[in-house]
Amino acid sequence: MELWFSEFHAPDVKHSIRINKHLYSHQSDFQRIDIFETPEFGRVLALDGNVQLTERDEFIYDEMITHVPMAVHPGIKDVLVIGAGDGGVVKELARYERIERIDLVEMDPEVIKACRAYLPENASRLDDRRVHIYYDNALRFIRRCSEQYDLIIVDSTDPFGPSEGYFTREFYGICYNALREDGIMVNQQGSPFYQHDAEAMQRSHQRIVHTFPISRVYQAHIPTYAAGYWTFGFASKKYHPVDDLDAAGWNKLNLQTKYYTTRLHVGAFCLPAFLEQLLREVE
Amino acid sequence: MNEFDCCLDQRRAPIYEALQTFRQMRVVPFDVPGHKHGRGNPEMTAFLGEKCVQIDVNSMKPLDNLCHPVSVIKEAEELAADAFGAAHAFLMVGGTTSSVQTMVLATCKRGDKIILPRNVHRSVINALVLCGAVPVYVNPEVDDRLGISLGMRRDQVFKAIRENPDAVAVLVNNPTYYGICSDLKSITQMAHDAGMYCLVDEAHGTHFYFGAGMPTTAMEAGADMAAVSMHKSGGSLTQSSFLLTGPRMNPGHVRQIINLTQTTSGSYLLMSSLDISRRMLALHGREIFAKVSTMADYAREEVNAIGGYYAFGKELVNGDSIFDFDPTKLSIHTRDIGLAGIEVYDILRDEYDIQIEFGDIGNILAYLSIGDRPQELERLVSALAEIRRRYQRDGSGLLDTEYLDPEVVATPQEAFYAPKKSVPLNESEGCVCSEFVMCYPPGIPILAPGERITRDILDYIQFAKEKGCSMTGPEDPDILRLNVLA
Repeated sequence: MELWFSEFHAPDVKHSIRINKHLYSHQSDFQRIDIFETPEFGRVLALDGNVQLTERDEFIYDEMITHVPMAVHPGIKDVLVIGAGDGGVVKELARYERIERIDLVEMDPEVIKACRAYLPENASRLDDRRVHIYYDNALRFIRRCSEQYDLIIVDSTDPFGPSEGYFTREFYGICYNALREDGIMVNQQGSPFYQHDAEAMQRSHQRIVHTFPISRVYQAHIPTYAAGYWTFGFASKKYHPVDDLDAAGWNKLNLQTKYYTTRLHVGAFCLPAFLEQLLREVE
Repeated sequence: MNEFDCCLDQRRAPIYEALQTFRQMRVVPFDVPGHKHGRGNPEMTAFLGEKCVQIDVNSMKPLDNLCHPVSVIKEAEELAADAFGAAHAFLMVGGTTSSVQTMVLATCKRGDKIILPRNVHRSVINALVLCGAVPVYVNPEVDDRLGISLGMRRDQVFKAIRENPDAVAVLVNNPTYYGICSDLKSITQMAHDAGMYCLVDEAHGTHFYFGAGMPTTAMEAGADMAAVSMHKSGGSLTQSSFLLTGPRMNPGHVRQIINLTQTTSGSYLLMSSLDISRRMLALHGREIFAKVSTMADYAREEVNAIGGYYAFGKELVNGDSIFDFDPTKLSIHTRDIGLAGIEVYDILRDEYDIQIEFGDIGNILAYLSIGDRPQELERLVSALAEIRRRYQRDGSGLLDTEYLDPEVVATPQEAFYAPKKSVPLNESEGCVCSEFVMCYPPGIPILAPGERITRDILDYIQFAKEKGCSMTGPEDPDILRLNVLA
């Protein structure tokens, strides 16, 4: 018997993963949640049919969205994470002793429940004493905050579903307002390759550029995401992502990573010509 | 016999059912429309969808005829009358404008007086241009803080009736665009006691008939006719509407009046949308509008928590000029953050990709309905918080009144058809205007034909133009000149 999970990466492109077993399926108030057991990627979490993480390649995403800002801003103590119900980002953040508080805002309690049950390694640090979980709409949560975080990580799903509101000008504006004067916001910004995704990436980049004085895009290779090619946004009130990189300081922490290095950090901000062009069009 | 047995079966939707049967019959069309189920216009069919254009058909025996309904349209009207608690209901395909015009034309002849508030929709005064009736304006009270017109006070209506015993009808705007209701029951009673009809422009009140705990409806109050914009809160297609009548009206006469101006090619897209929406509201309206009211209450609370904005609600109710308030309305006063409503309206669209219903000098209105979800409300509230953070300024210099008491010199019809001349806007003070000037939306005239142009009115027009209100009405599209009586 052949069992395959397929996801459209573009209207005319499909990405398929062979499945051993369908472990979990649930329609929550917000989305459909599925967890599969697969031979190549281990366990896979899909929301509304879109792969969010696989055990095999989650380290790339989680390391790149976390260590890049952490290696730039030496004073990060209070962190807000949006989405991220799978716990992967929290797992990386919890490795830093200097972080005093991690507030996690996830709209869908069912995601956290499912990940605790079926992706226990990923969700392992959700019970860290510094972690506070809020089940709320992030727009609602953040607009009540003013200058109280050093770092905001936006680990949302795609801009075409329940997370649409997290790619808007009003969202970036309230994040700006919730950050201290030297704060940083990092967000997943989608794939720049297929047209539909590239346009969404341009729109969100444009909105961030209009909100933060410093805004740069960096990239990583993530096999199970569209085109295997992903971008992140680095938006900041004070620190430059490359000029202010404290490589020596970060390396002294002696954190073991599988993808991120401070050498790669610099390289990740060097973008291919077509992507530079896409970004220039909206800056 | 239980309650259900004595009512019609609201699960039925006769026009919808007839169209489904029609589609299955695969009838060969040698009649209009010429696109022949869409085949003759592939580009339009691809855009609008095959299912949709297939039912864009002409009147025929199995589908009845809107000009003289005898079968499925008649049944749909009976079901609608039952659902709204009316003696009769008419399907309307010319917008609520046509419902409003029918109310006026069915009750007023040339020279008849009609008592009405000045903050009516342009369609009412257009009807006066058509029939030659004479408006007697009741000054709606203005809320000083919000700068908006309220409902009609009972004593004002009573005074107008006493001073004009020869008037034939009282027209009530209920609720207003902002959701403010008058004391409909008492006003209807006063009109009937004086032998006048009571007509209600209920364009924004469809949901009152179906939601729990809503303000009094025109039919409940015993009014004679009501124009109900099913396409606003009721969920039907744009341009579809209901005209409701009470037991004192002769439906045959009303039908004749409708047929004076209504198309003989009534759209089945519009009619079926009325039929399906009526069924949905009759069966599920209570839950639907409870949800909308809850969302509006939540949004009001959140907007008021931002500071600076005032999202108003039932606390305004004063038992007379604000007899009740529509709980689904999200009207927000913006002047305390130093921005005109129209400025907030523009920023929301231009910078945040959020389109709201309208903005005037001091307020904005976000229209909540059946189709809204909490996540979009969070965007709206957050965008308002951001606008306050980024744009808040000192509010002095904003105009502070919205209602300008008109001096009626000629009837709308006389003024509209009289010899006239065109003069530059700033030289028109003291002249009698022969055309409309209004901001759209909301489409409530600043000047109507036959009214004296004053300095206050000119200042208001100038201010509204500067703030970016979209002005309509006059022949001159830039509104640099006005037509006045020669």
